[in-house]
Amino acid sequence: MTSTGALGGLLDGPPAVVAAGVEVFSGSLRAQGVPVGDVDWRPPAIGEPADLAALALDPRRAAANRTAVERVLAAGSVLTDVRPARETLGLEGRVLLHSGPPLTWEAASGPMRGALIGACLFEGWASTVEDAEALLASGGVTLDPCHHHSAVGPMAGVTSPSMWTWCLEDPVNGGRAYCNLNEGLGKVLRMGAFNEEVLTRLAWMRDVLGPLLSRAVRSMAEPLDVKAVLAQMLQMGDEGHNRNRAGSLMTLRELSPALVALDAPSADTAAALAFIGGNEHFFLNLGMPTAKLAMDAARDVPGSTMVTVMARNGTEFGVQTAGTGDRWFTGPAQTPVGLFLGDYGPEDANPDIGDSAIMETYGVGGFSMAAAPAIVRFVGGSVPDALATTERMYQLTLAENPAMAIPILGFRGAPTGIDVLSVARTGWLPQINTGMAGRVAGTGQVGAGLVQPPRECFEQALAALAQEARAATAA
Amino acid sequence: MSAPGPGEGVRHVSLRSGVYADSVRLMQVSRDVGAREGVVAVLVAMATPLNVDLAAGMGLAPDETPSPDQLLIAVRAVDDDALAAAVAAVDAALAERERSRATADAQPARTIAAGLEDLDPGGPALAIVSVPGQYAALEAADAIAAGRSVLVFSDGVPVEQEVALKRAASEADVLVMGPDCGTAIVSGVALGFANVVRPGPVGVVAASGTGAQQVSCLLDAAGVGVSHVLGVGGRDLSEAVGGLATLAALAALDADPATERVLVVSKPPAPSVAEAVARAAAGLSTPVRSAALSPETPDLTAAVEALLADMGRDVPVWPSRPGPAEAALPGAVLKGLYSGGTLADEAMLLAVPVLGDVRSNTPLRLELALGTDLSAPGHTVVDFGDDALTVGRAHPMIDPTLRLEAIDRLAASGEPAVLLLDVVLGHGADADPAAALAPALTAARARAHLPVVVALVGTEADPQGWSRQADALAAAGAAVFASNAAATRYAIDLLGAEL
Repeated sequence: MTSTGALGGLLDGPPAVVAAGVEVFSGSLRAQGVPVGDVDWRPPAIGEPADLAALALDPRRAAANRTAVERVLAAGSVLTDVRPARETLGLEGRVLLHSGPPLTWEAASGPMRGALIGACLFEGWASTVEDAEALLASGGVTLDPCHHHSAVGPMAGVTSPSMWTWCLEDPVNGGRAYCNLNEGLGKVLRMGAFNEEVLTRLAWMRDVLGPLLSRAVRSMAEPLDVKAVLAQMLQMGDEGHNRNRAGSLMTLRELSPALVALDAPSADTAAALAFIGGNEHFFLNLGMPTAKLAMDAARDVPGSTMVTVMARNGTEFGVQTAGTGDRWFTGPAQTPVGLFLGDYGPEDANPDIGDSAIMETYGVGGFSMAAAPAIVRFVGGSVPDALATTERMYQLTLAENPAMAIPILGFRGAPTGIDVLSVARTGWLPQINTGMAGRVAGTGQVGAGLVQPPRECFEQALAALAQEARAATAA
Repeated sequence: MSAPGPGEGVRHVSLRSGVYADSVRLMQVSRDVGAREGVVAVLVAMATPLNVDLAAGMGLAPDETPSPDQLLIAVRAVDDDALAAAVAAVDAALAERERSRATADAQPARTIAAGLEDLDPGGPALAIVSVPGQYAALEAADAIAAGRSVLVFSDGVPVEQEVALKRAASEADVLVMGPDCGTAIVSGVALGFANVVRPGPVGVVAASGTGAQQVSCLLDAAGVGVSHVLGVGGRDLSEAVGGLATLAALAALDADPATERVLVVSKPPAPSVAEAVARAAAGLSTPVRSAALSPETPDLTAAVEALLADMGRDVPVWPSRPGPAEAALPGAVLKGLYSGGTLADEAMLLAVPVLGDVRSNTPLRLELALGTDLSAPGHTVVDFGDDALTVGRAHPMIDPTLRLEAIDRLAASGEPAVLLLDVVLGHGADADPAAALAPALTAARARAHLPVVVALVGTEADPQGWSRQADALAAAGAAVFASNAAATRYAIDLLGAEL
């Protein structure tokens, strides 16, 4: 057969057909022996038809989304330093960072309040819980999202000046991202707990662990390639959000020689190694800034409908997109569905909280659920559910990340780069794996499960993107 | 020739960042590429110290010091061609995705984009969109973005969206057929409403669905087949759209080895657009003939006959079934009840010079518009396929209800009339239109003296079979013609008017 190349080869032979809409045409094609794929089409779940069309027909969109997602895929992540937040994030005076979109003390949920109280106690700004509450209520502490400082924080994400942070760099795009150190499981500040045990651990992390890690990381001949660790853990049964076991152990393996080689009291070194080795989520706080680096690389691409941030503060869920810069689009945070620790039940769970949805924004976590068969029961599902979840997410995303391969799907890359327009059209919301904090300040973790963003975020983002597209087309 | 030993031949050593694959997968790639002819040694591996040492032992050490997260591609081959092919094979193997779906329940594609990804045809593919018009551009844009052509059956697509789609399609070198395009035949595959016509040398570009069906069926009856029928949508030749799809279709047919002649079928185009199309057509190596309906050139059948003459082919006697002998009915009126808009237009264009004004829901002049009840004394032609009448119901080519009611009303009205109908066969149309129509005609003729003339558009190879349908309609008292122009002339003749 001679190919003319015209019209993309349309006339070069009998075509295969994909059909969306009434079924009578597909039937007639099948009767002619033509391969037909039927689209399970339904009206878009989100957005005004005119807005959807304005975005679909925005001549900038395809190239802009390609640019955005290529930057995400190209981004690297290496661990360059460990420093106090005061230095890395420029936290002077009484400033506390928190997860999610901007928040006031009045609007803060239980675990967020608990974490803020604990941070005030930890920093010595208050000596009692009551004093801390009064200080926070009076506006004596400035609250600001982590995301406004190139940082991310799991759960409450509360980061205070004396806490140590991981410092990561993207050698490709030149970005930097930061995250505090993971405290472990159970009664921990990020889950809203602030008792003596929590504060004692934070003090040890400040006085012993942070400085040790700092010296070890600085002494390493080659910086740790965190992206490579994340890629490998997906092949070892982690999804990088709710399950970080392999990643944490690999990190321990990489850091151990440098830690041991330091001229430090052996008891401190042993405690540090034991802490890291005993904390299955140790890697999460490295994975999150790795995802943050990649998503920040895609900021400010006019015309792109790709999501760059999904984050929750325990009250609201917020998203940002590549085409709309730093604007937040928010809706009420949902309460996760899942399994509970001990005697806790659904009534104990706080609405969704944490910057850790940056993992899903990057395409791992719930999006790569198929990579973590060991986790699916824990987050309330079966293996086929996990596979189906990842398959659905492919329809929401712009690309497959070749660096993040999912073995059970034939090493397909993780579904990466959430497209607001695809969310609207499919009616499928992004799937997020998450921990659950107790509603009541001071409780700590009560479980883990699955959650989705509220539709409102995408409705607002879509309307804003459409408005921007119209303005650009008119200009 | 003996195979070169280590150090001989040509080598390729490169490092890539941002690619990670597990060692088993990379060993498979190395093994597969190593088995290629002319390849002496291959190492595709993550650039760990161990693997870099291995490469060095093979005489394939990288020049720069790699980091362990980089992918090392090292190949030695007998010559440059084999080396290039081997490196390409590495790329292909790395890019290859197993599309094994371990999923218990495959997730249905919700969009044309997802559907095209799943289709994986390895050949031409296109999309058909028949979702509600306000959403059609969304799905059509997916096809264009994927480098595929799309047939938009949906109507009600805003014209500015049509223009945007067609501009994007021009840039992507694909075709948007439609919106409101019901007919196309691509390499013998009938899309939407289309007839089973023989393959042949004539390419048809049609801004008119039933017009395309009429000309392709007449060509078939003349023993001349079509290469492709590319519908472009009724608005394509308007000022706003500027013939974007028509121009793309013409260029593609010109490049198509199967197409020797092109026929452009349309309702009257905007003059500036007609000029642009004519200019483009004149620049092609394939001869193009226009079958644009207008008061000056009112007849698709004549255009087909002219094309046959161009090709040095004889014009056949177009198939027909004579009706019962009917006396002329001076003073009676023409009542056209059509399912095809272009056929209705053609009937009006032929009738007006002879009969004077004809009122219609799609009138030739605005002041001749029918009210919403679609009835008026005097000559009328109704297009039941008009968008306004198909909202919320199937096209009259599938659902005859409205037409059957109109026939019944006409018989009951007592107004002396000749009834002119079209019946369109083919894929997508009613499986047996005569089954419903013939009894209705018999009943109507039992109540009133009502000569019936049918333009039966179709071929013998159509699922319904032209002769079978013609015989059934003739048995119900209709005169049947394969040419709508011939049917219209016969009806006018029955009115006693001088042609």
